[in-house]
Amino acid sequence: MLNYTIRRLAMAVPTVLIISLLIFLLLDLAPGDPTAQLPLTIPPEVREDIRMALGLGDPVLIRYVKWLQLMVINEPLHALANLTGWNVAPDTQRILSWQTRSPVGDIIAQRIPQTLWVVGLGYLFGVLIALPIGIISAYKQYSWFDQIGTFISMVGFSVPVFFTGVVMILVFSVWLGWFPSMYDTTLRVTNWETFVRQVRQMVMPVAVLALFNAAQISRFMRASMLDNLNQDYVRTARAKGMKEQVVVLVHVLRNSMIPVVTVIALGIPAVFSGAIITETIFRVNGLGALLINAIYANDIPMVQTLTFIFAVLIVLFNLIADVLYGILDPRIRYD
Amino acid sequence: MTDLPRPITEEGPHEVSGPKPFAPDEAFRPPRNQWWDVWDQFRTHKGALAGSFVFVFIILFVGVGPWIWQVDPGFIDIRARNQGPSWAHPLGTDQLGRDMLARMMFGGRISVAVGLTAMFLGLLIGTLVGVLAGYFRRVDGLLMRTTDLFLALPLLPLLLVMVLLFREMLSQRLGEAAGVFLLIVVAIGITSWMQTARIVRGDVLALKEREYVLAARSIGTPPRRVVTRHILPNVLSPIMVSATLGIASAIITESALSFLGLGFPPDFPTWGRLLFDGRDWIEQYPARVIWPGLFISLTVLSVNFIGDGLRDALDPRIRGR
Repeated sequence: MLNYTIRRLAMAVPTVLIISLLIFLLLDLAPGDPTAQLPLTIPPEVREDIRMALGLGDPVLIRYVKWLQLMVINEPLHALANLTGWNVAPDTQRILSWQTRSPVGDIIAQRIPQTLWVVGLGYLFGVLIALPIGIISAYKQYSWFDQIGTFISMVGFSVPVFFTGVVMILVFSVWLGWFPSMYDTTLRVTNWETFVRQVRQMVMPVAVLALFNAAQISRFMRASMLDNLNQDYVRTARAKGMKEQVVVLVHVLRNSMIPVVTVIALGIPAVFSGAIITETIFRVNGLGALLINAIYANDIPMVQTLTFIFAVLIVLFNLIADVLYGILDPRIRYD
Repeated sequence: MTDLPRPITEEGPHEVSGPKPFAPDEAFRPPRNQWWDVWDQFRTHKGALAGSFVFVFIILFVGVGPWIWQVDPGFIDIRARNQGPSWAHPLGTDQLGRDMLARMMFGGRISVAVGLTAMFLGLLIGTLVGVLAGYFRRVDGLLMRTTDLFLALPLLPLLLVMVLLFREMLSQRLGEAAGVFLLIVVAIGITSWMQTARIVRGDVLALKEREYVLAARSIGTPPRRVVTRHILPNVLSPIMVSATLGIASAIITESALSFLGLGFPPDFPTWGRLLFDGRDWIEQYPARVIWPGLFISLTVLSVNFIGDGLRDALDPRIRGR
C-alpha cells in the first residue's frame, strides 16, 4: 500500500506539471496586456521597457519556469509566513493581480473562508441528507419511499443549479421575503442578532448546493447498497440470528460505504471550483466569484493561479480517493 | 440460412427447456430483430417512456414550432413591451416587446443543436480514443494517460477561459453566430469525451479476447475491419447510454456558459441566455425566468430518464425479466 501511494505521488507530479503547462500556454494566447491600463502619455519605448521589466520579452518556456517557481515555491512560503508568523517569506517578486496590483495569494487567502463556509456546508449537508435516503431507498426497494426518493434525486440531479437558485430567490426572497437574495460578506458575527442574519443569508446558497450534491450522492449510495444487500454474507449474518438493524447498519452499510467514500472524496475539489454558478447567483464573494470577475477583467495572473490551484486540488483528491479505496477495501491489491 | 422459417415437422419439443408446458406457438415464433426486444424492455420503464414523449415534444416545439408560430424573435415592438400572456403573445413579451414564445422556440433550437452536436463530437473522440486504446496495445498507455490528464483539468474554469480567449477571433472570422456556435460546440466536445473513452476501452479490452474476434483475425481480417465489423457493434450499447448523458450535460454546460454571460451574444437567445436576461426582471416578471429554466430542466430530465431506460433495455441480463 505504501509502495503504491509513493508511486501514485510520483505520478501526480508530472500530471500537475503538464496541466500547469497547458494552462500557462492557453492563457499565454490571451490578448490582455498588463500595460494596457497605464496612462496613454507614456511613450511607446518606455511602455516597451516596462513590458521587458515585467519579463514579457522572454521566450514562453522561460516565463513558464519563472512562473512555476513563483507559484510552487514563493507563494506557498508567503502563505505559510502569513499563517504562522514565521519569517520564511522570500524577499522576491510575487504574482501580482493586474486588477488590484496586490499579490494574488493575499486576495485568494481573503476569499477562501466565504467559499469554505458556504460551499463546504452545502456539501456537508448534501452528504448528510444523501446517506440516509440512499440507505432507506435501497433497503425498501420499489416502496413508495424509494419511488419518490429516486424521482426527487433524478430531478435534483437534472435541474441545473442556476435554475434552482433563481427559483429559490423568487420564492423565498421576492414572494415570501424570508431570506435576503444577496450574501453580505462584510457582516461580522459579534452577537446573536448578527449570527441570525448570517444564518439567514447562508440558508439559500447552502440549500441549493445541498440539494444538488444530495441528489448525486444518494444515487450512488442506493446503487452501492443494492449491490451489497444480495450478497451471501448478508444471508449468513441473518442466518446467525443477528438483528436486522445490525445486519443493515453495520455489515451492509460498512461495505457499501467503500465506493461512496471515494465518490465523496472525488467531489471535494468541486467544493472549491464548482460553485462558480452558485456564488454568482447569490453574490457570495468567494473563489468562484473571484475567478469569474478575473475572467471578465482579463486578469490573467489571477485566472492562472486559480485554475492551477483547482487543478492541484483535483489531482490531490483523485490520489486520496484511490489510496482510500485501497485502505478501506482489503480485497483491492495494487501491485 | 438459419433465419429462414423452418418446416414445422423438423422442430421437436426438445427445444423447450424447463418445466413450462410446451406451447407450439412459442417454439415457432418468427425470428425477431433484437431492437424489438430492446424496445419491449424500454417500454416497461415508465420514466423512460414519459421522458421520450417529453423529449419528442421538445424537439417538435423547437424544430417545427417556428414554422407554425411565425413571429420574428428579434422583432422589437417597444409599445407592446413587458406584456403578460395574451392571444397575440402566449408567453408575453420582454422589455423590448419581443415575443417570448418565438424567442423560446428559437433559443431552444440553438440549445438543442449545441447539445446534440457537442454530444456527437464528444462521442466521436471518446469512441475513437477508447477503441484505439483498447485494441492497440502500443497506444494504450499514452491515450489513457491523456484521458487521466483531461479528467484532472478544472473544466468549467477552462471552458470559460477558452470562450473568452477565442470568441472575438472566431466571431470575426466566421460571423458572430457561426463562430460562437463552433467555439462552444468544440469546447464542450473536447472536454466531455473522457468517460466514454474509459467505458469503451474497458469493453473493447474484454471483447478483444473473445473467440469470434480470434476467428476473424485468424482468417486474415485486417484490424480496421475487425474493429468496424465485430468490435464497434458490440460496444454500441454503452455508447448509446453515454450519448444520452452527453446531451444532458452539454445542454447544461451551454446554459451555464450563457448564464454566466460567456455564451451566445444577446441577439441569439439560447435558453440559458434568456434565463440570464430574465434575472434582472425577476421581481416584476418572474415568468421570464421560469419558462427557460423549465424547458432546460425538462429537456435534461427527459434525456436522463431515457438514458436510464436505455441502460436497462440494452442490458441483455435484465431484458426479458
